[in-house]
Amino acid sequence: MTRRVGWTLAGALPLAFLGIFFTWPVATLVARGFFPDGVFTLAGFQQVFSEDRTWRVIGTTLAQAAAGTVVAVLLGVPGAWVLHRTRFPGRWLVRAVVTIPFVLPSVVVGVAFKSLVISTGPLGHLGLDRSFAIIVASLVFFNYALVVRTVGALWASLDPRTEQAASVLGASPTRVFLTVTLRALFPAIASAAALVFLFCASAYGVVMVLGGAGYGTIETEIWFLTTQLLDLTGAAALSIVQLVVVGASLIVANRLQATQARAQRMRTDSSNESPWRFRRDIGPTLLTAAVVLGLLLFPMSTLVIRSLTTASGLGLDHYSNLATTGGGTLSVPVWEAVGNSLRTATVATVLALVLGLLVSLVVSRNPRNELGRRGLGLLDAAFMLPLGVSAVTVGFGFLITLNRPPLDLRSSMVLVPIAQAIVALPLVVRVLLPVLRAIDPRLREAAAVLGASPGKVLRDVDLAFLTRGLGLATGFAFATSLGEFGATSFLARPDEPTLPVVVFRLIGRPGLENQGMGMAAAVLLAVGCALVMALAERMRPEEATTW
Amino acid sequence: MVNDAGAGLGVHDVTVRYRVSGNDQRYTTPSKRPVITWVPPKRSAAGEVRTVTAVDGVSLDVAPGEVVALLGASGSGKSSLLRAIAGLEPLAGGRITWDGKDLHGTPTHKRNFGMMFQEPALFPSLTVGKNVAYGLHQVPRGRRPEIVARFLELVGLPGYEGRKVTELSGGQAQRVALARALAPAPRLLLLDEPLSALDRGLREHLVEVLGKVLRRTGTTAVHVTHDQDEAFALADRVAILADGRLLQLDTPDALWRRPASAEVATFLGYSTFLSQVDADALGLGGLASRHAVALGPESLTVDPGGLQVAVREQKGRRGYVAVTVQLPSGQQAELRVPDRIGTATVGVRTDADSVAVMG
Repeated sequence: MTRRVGWTLAGALPLAFLGIFFTWPVATLVARGFFPDGVFTLAGFQQVFSEDRTWRVIGTTLAQAAAGTVVAVLLGVPGAWVLHRTRFPGRWLVRAVVTIPFVLPSVVVGVAFKSLVISTGPLGHLGLDRSFAIIVASLVFFNYALVVRTVGALWASLDPRTEQAASVLGASPTRVFLTVTLRALFPAIASAAALVFLFCASAYGVVMVLGGAGYGTIETEIWFLTTQLLDLTGAAALSIVQLVVVGASLIVANRLQATQARAQRMRTDSSNESPWRFRRDIGPTLLTAAVVLGLLLFPMSTLVIRSLTTASGLGLDHYSNLATTGGGTLSVPVWEAVGNSLRTATVATVLALVLGLLVSLVVSRNPRNELGRRGLGLLDAAFMLPLGVSAVTVGFGFLITLNRPPLDLRSSMVLVPIAQAIVALPLVVRVLLPVLRAIDPRLREAAAVLGASPGKVLRDVDLAFLTRGLGLATGFAFATSLGEFGATSFLARPDEPTLPVVVFRLIGRPGLENQGMGMAAAVLLAVGCALVMALAERMRPEEATTW
Repeated sequence: MVNDAGAGLGVHDVTVRYRVSGNDQRYTTPSKRPVITWVPPKRSAAGEVRTVTAVDGVSLDVAPGEVVALLGASGSGKSSLLRAIAGLEPLAGGRITWDGKDLHGTPTHKRNFGMMFQEPALFPSLTVGKNVAYGLHQVPRGRRPEIVARFLELVGLPGYEGRKVTELSGGQAQRVALARALAPAPRLLLLDEPLSALDRGLREHLVEVLGKVLRRTGTTAVHVTHDQDEAFALADRVAILADGRLLQLDTPDALWRRPASAEVATFLGYSTFLSQVDADALGLGGLASRHAVALGPESLTVDPGGLQVAVREQKGRRGYVAVTVQLPSGQQAELRVPDRIGTATVGVRTDADSVAVMG
């Protein structure tokens, strides 16, 4: 009996947190769109949707996501071949380079591409600043690794015998690829594409940095309407549109993911990579080399070089300026923002870990009755919801709900880590839960038969296994919180900005000094996140396979 | 049949039921889903939930120091009964007692039983020695290494304390599991097909190890298996289960000679039930008029002066030839001979000690 009470409490605590800091704000936000003055009306929607600008914003969002997805897949599939099916010296290095962008905060990626196209940048003469092309390029930069890894993982383990059977039957290599290989890879390609679309459609930081206020996707428009025009009803209406877009692509992604799980069952355990061969591999290799050098390394190295470029040649001036407020551009010196970032990210990580641990332990139970199993299924689903809701929506929801009694937290610093914890929580659960689910139930039974009480079983079996996932979960949570920009940009107080907020502010200001400082700060943030993720990846348990 | 005041284990009219539904994940293979996305769990359709009676009113007892085998095909309920004895499954009816005291309300970890599973289920984060010592939390810390060493030696793995469990072979891991189960000196050892996942040669070797260890430690044990040789080799008494019911509980010899029913006889491999005509022809007419009599594969022996029967089919086997012969009534029976028979008929005989006598 006491056990049941304990488990109920363990589930209730995270649920209460989710209810207060996620469901309530988002529901209030949705309600604000339909009941602007306490009366049900669609006037807010009508007004928003009668404006050409709204349709332009929706069109831009979809076009940008579609273009980003198509390009990422077209470049990513050859990349998957080269990096996962052929063997060549130095492959590990290329694979590592390809993975870096995925762990970089969106603001940093935005700044890196900005450094290419500003008037003084290497591509400045092309006039690409604030263009659709540069935003799509940055989205591809972000998501290329996702396609390469998802498709490559399946490709490396495809049973080669079907392909061999096709060529024995007289099919040319092209025909084998089109009729056998591509079809076998389809589940991986489709599920990667759906995820990429989701990430592109909800991209915020990159678009804010590269596009500026006038550019406008749904996400940035929400920010614009809220903070610049104070049009909360219009923003709420757009948030609902965004919920629909993100929700739809998440559902598609999940469906395709399920088919991929089925496809994975057909694979073999043996790796079938072969040594690099000139005639077969030169085409995809050249393309992949162009992507790695031109799309990945070029912006990253430009960012680093420009952060070191001063009016009088190379130097560390921008980095030493991080101790200042940039001549009054900022309210605090950058180092203080770094401190804020580390503080909030630590609090957010602790919150996300404690709650994620409780959720994972509760959801991994196997109750005997049907009702209990249903309940746990719902609990599992509830904690995945933040994945499907854009960070901007969360931030905006906080802004309109937690600003008056009973919870007036707007002026307290605690809102930022709470929002970051909400964003990181699904990731933590996704890392810990597979580890717990992989535990053979007989281990728990063996411990019980040997005289271990339920508490001791929990400690000796469940927690002993969990420590293997804890490193990766901590890294995920910390890096996510450190680079979080969407919700934080709404919630951070002007006098207590985090590092991504500072980077955004600096890069938006004219002047070589400000931009140089912004790039130095961006490099700092990138190195921090990359270090945390590299450490975490080393502790990746084998149960957590891909992302 | 079961004496309430009797020492040892008592199983009284025990029933175990499962509710089976589509999304029971208790023993499915672990999911290796990608981390970032979430796939909703499968919902079971309304009619999919059904109740299965795995154990249906079984009563038996196990005296101290005795080894009882639960023998049955898969799905006969033998593992469910074992798990119910361990307290891992709730009872839908009946009682389980130890020394006459009802164990209802005593959780698994307070029963002081040991258990071995089909898989070793060793704790992967602990060394071999720590695994064996896991159940010794009642024993003073200083005495534990000596006990661990003694039991590792008993199972033939002396000096393995410091090994990682991931370095062990399947047979070694199962032996460590045996040492782990025995080290706390459980009052009852439950063996849930501990050898069935191993290959044949290893299995035969470990049956010997297990038999030797059980005898030397004088352990009371319930041994679940679907392997008749294993059951007959290890057990003092064998319980035959089918469809959740107990068909017969007896010593191996009695079981083999006098199966309680045709069902038990068939399960033990007796395939030919003699008609009166055939019994008369084989000289067992008197016996067959009072009891049902069945022939097993080794009941008939070649005797040129015996009953002449037609040879129908001969199949080569490992070390012998299985010959199908036709009895006078037209019914067929099996005969084992070292070499193929060259003639169309063969003389056979049998006696009352070589056949199964039922009822």
